[in-house]
Amino acid sequence: MLRIRKAPMGVGAIFILLFPWVAERLPAIEHYPDLMVFAGIYCLMTIGMSLLMGYAGQISLGHAAFYGIGAYASGILTTQYNLNPWLCILIGSAAATAVAVVVGAPSLRLRGHYLAMATLAFGIIINIVFREEAEWTGGPDGMGGIPGLDIFGYSFDSIHKYYYLVWIVVAIAFFFTIRLIQSPTGRALRAIHASEAAASAMGIDISRSKIVVFAFSAILASVAGSLYAHYMNFINPSTFDTLFSIKLVIMIALGGMHTIWGAVVGSVLFAFLSFEWLHQFGEYEIVVYGLVLMMVTIYLPEGLVGLPGRIAQRVRR
Amino acid sequence: MASEPHRSHLLEIEDLVMAFGGLTALMNIQLRVAKGTIRAIIGPNGAGKTTLFNLITGVLSPTEGTIRFNGHVISGQKPHKIAALGISRTFQTVELFDNMTVIENVMVGRHLHISTSFFKCGLGLPAIRSQETAIEAHAMALLDFVGLADKANSMADSLPLGERKILEIGRALATDPLLVCLDEPAAGLNETETETAARLIKAIKDKGITVLLVEHDMKVIMNISDQITVLNYGEKIAEGTPEEIRGNPKVIQAYLGDSIAVV
Ligand SMILES: Nc1ncnc2c1ncn2[C@@H]1O[C@H](COP(=O)(O)OP(=O)(O)OP(=O)(O)O)[C@@H](O)[C@H]1O
Ligand SMILES: [Mg+2]
Repeated sequence: MLRIRKAPMGVGAIFILLFPWVAERLPAIEHYPDLMVFAGIYCLMTIGMSLLMGYAGQISLGHAAFYGIGAYASGILTTQYNLNPWLCILIGSAAATAVAVVVGAPSLRLRGHYLAMATLAFGIIINIVFREEAEWTGGPDGMGGIPGLDIFGYSFDSIHKYYYLVWIVVAIAFFFTIRLIQSPTGRALRAIHASEAAASAMGIDISRSKIVVFAFSAILASVAGSLYAHYMNFINPSTFDTLFSIKLVIMIALGGMHTIWGAVVGSVLFAFLSFEWLHQFGEYEIVVYGLVLMMVTIYLPEGLVGLPGRIAQRVRR
Repeated sequence: MASEPHRSHLLEIEDLVMAFGGLTALMNIQLRVAKGTIRAIIGPNGAGKTTLFNLITGVLSPTEGTIRFNGHVISGQKPHKIAALGISRTFQTVELFDNMTVIENVMVGRHLHISTSFFKCGLGLPAIRSQETAIEAHAMALLDFVGLADKANSMADSLPLGERKILEIGRALATDPLLVCLDEPAAGLNETETETAARLIKAIKDKGITVLLVEHDMKVIMNISDQITVLNYGEKIAEGTPEEIRGNPKVIQAYLGDSIAVV
């Protein structure tokens, strides 16, 4: 049976809960909660994508587009139409779902990596739209003045408050996905991964299952985009380009694509790598990512979450 | 033809043609299978037996002709739709879910009979959990029926070939099929395992399930089938009871080059 161990979840929850409190007291890492907001936003996206990669066996190279759809839906609808930000998050998700079905359905009906190709092209096109439709999106200069989030008069107006908001959303997505994997739906997805021929002979609608997972991952990305927009209060197209889609794949490979934990570990690590440790490489940063990705694929095919198991194996021998 | 036209036919195949480019794997096949019987499909390697199964289960769409099952035209439909109408199968090259345990493999077979709503599943609603308990019990009963209950929690890929083939049959039964298509269930099995498989197939028939059986083991074929259809190079060359087929000169001729003795 597929068992999900409880202990790491407890440790993770306590860590997330206490982290801002600890960071506040250590000047060297005082700014880490800010990084963790981004880590959480990335996490939302990679949780959905790792379900898509690890269970449906499909790669998306255009998830930055769904991230952008959420961000621009929130940005445009709040600043130009004065809609409630929470409503905008819902509208963005609905738009992302519709787009995911339209883009995903034709390519997921076919076997093979058509989805990777379709999403790659789609991501490029959407980014061009963000750049060119300046009247709505502000063009390459981006758009500002996006309001923050509040609920019943309580405003998420500090880094720490926003940190908890983002990580609560991550926790919801995480537990939903864990439950899903343990459920009949998850079993069907694992069946598809093992043998499409046998899965369809058992009555599983393969293309529908894959489309649903893809749409789910698009919704998570869109919510992440909205959270990003309301946190930064400013967005511009370069945040949502193809390079970022590829970075998302790197995060998953880094953490390990066969468990949801891989997505979490990979996203957090990546946020620290890119904002804290690797930015001195400047334009060579991407080369470093390439190297890291190569090393991980060769030496740690299960990603970092596979590392403890490997070490344990070594020690026992 | 030898099959009785007045009995109710579960499966009716008319003028079926399957061409792969220049190769015609099946030529103008007519086939009627009566409810509750075991129908064997035999023939030398490359005769088109697996191709016929792939057409019946929707893996392939026929070049020409129609397949009717229980009142529905199923030719050209998707495999999962056909499964929902009541056809299940095993594969010549065993296709288990090797990333799962034995019982989970069978539980996947209950997919058609349970709620798999994405949101209910993600929210972990109690209805989904009690449903899990129910299908686990159902799967366990099926494992008991096929004789694999003691292996329920082993990983599927840890089983020896004989048990893998039996598990595949158990999984096929989990969909509650009206018709099961078994593609060489005894291939690669030793004598005892083959006997077990043959007994199981008879027990499936006793449950009222119709069986289509592709098999090279003539002893099994002659012992358990009600009717036999013989294919050779994509053509049906004979049909009848085991006694009729045993003495058919065309069949003996077809098999001579294959050095398989008709018992
Ligand atoms: N998908 C396909 N594409 C092209 N040719 C195919 C395909 N499937 C089967 N064939 C060809 O059709 C013919 C019949 O193959 P089939 O697998 O149905 O034979 P079979 O009777 O099951 O043989 P065996 O006893 O060896 O399993 C063979 O010549 C085979 O090469
Ligand atoms: Mg065959």
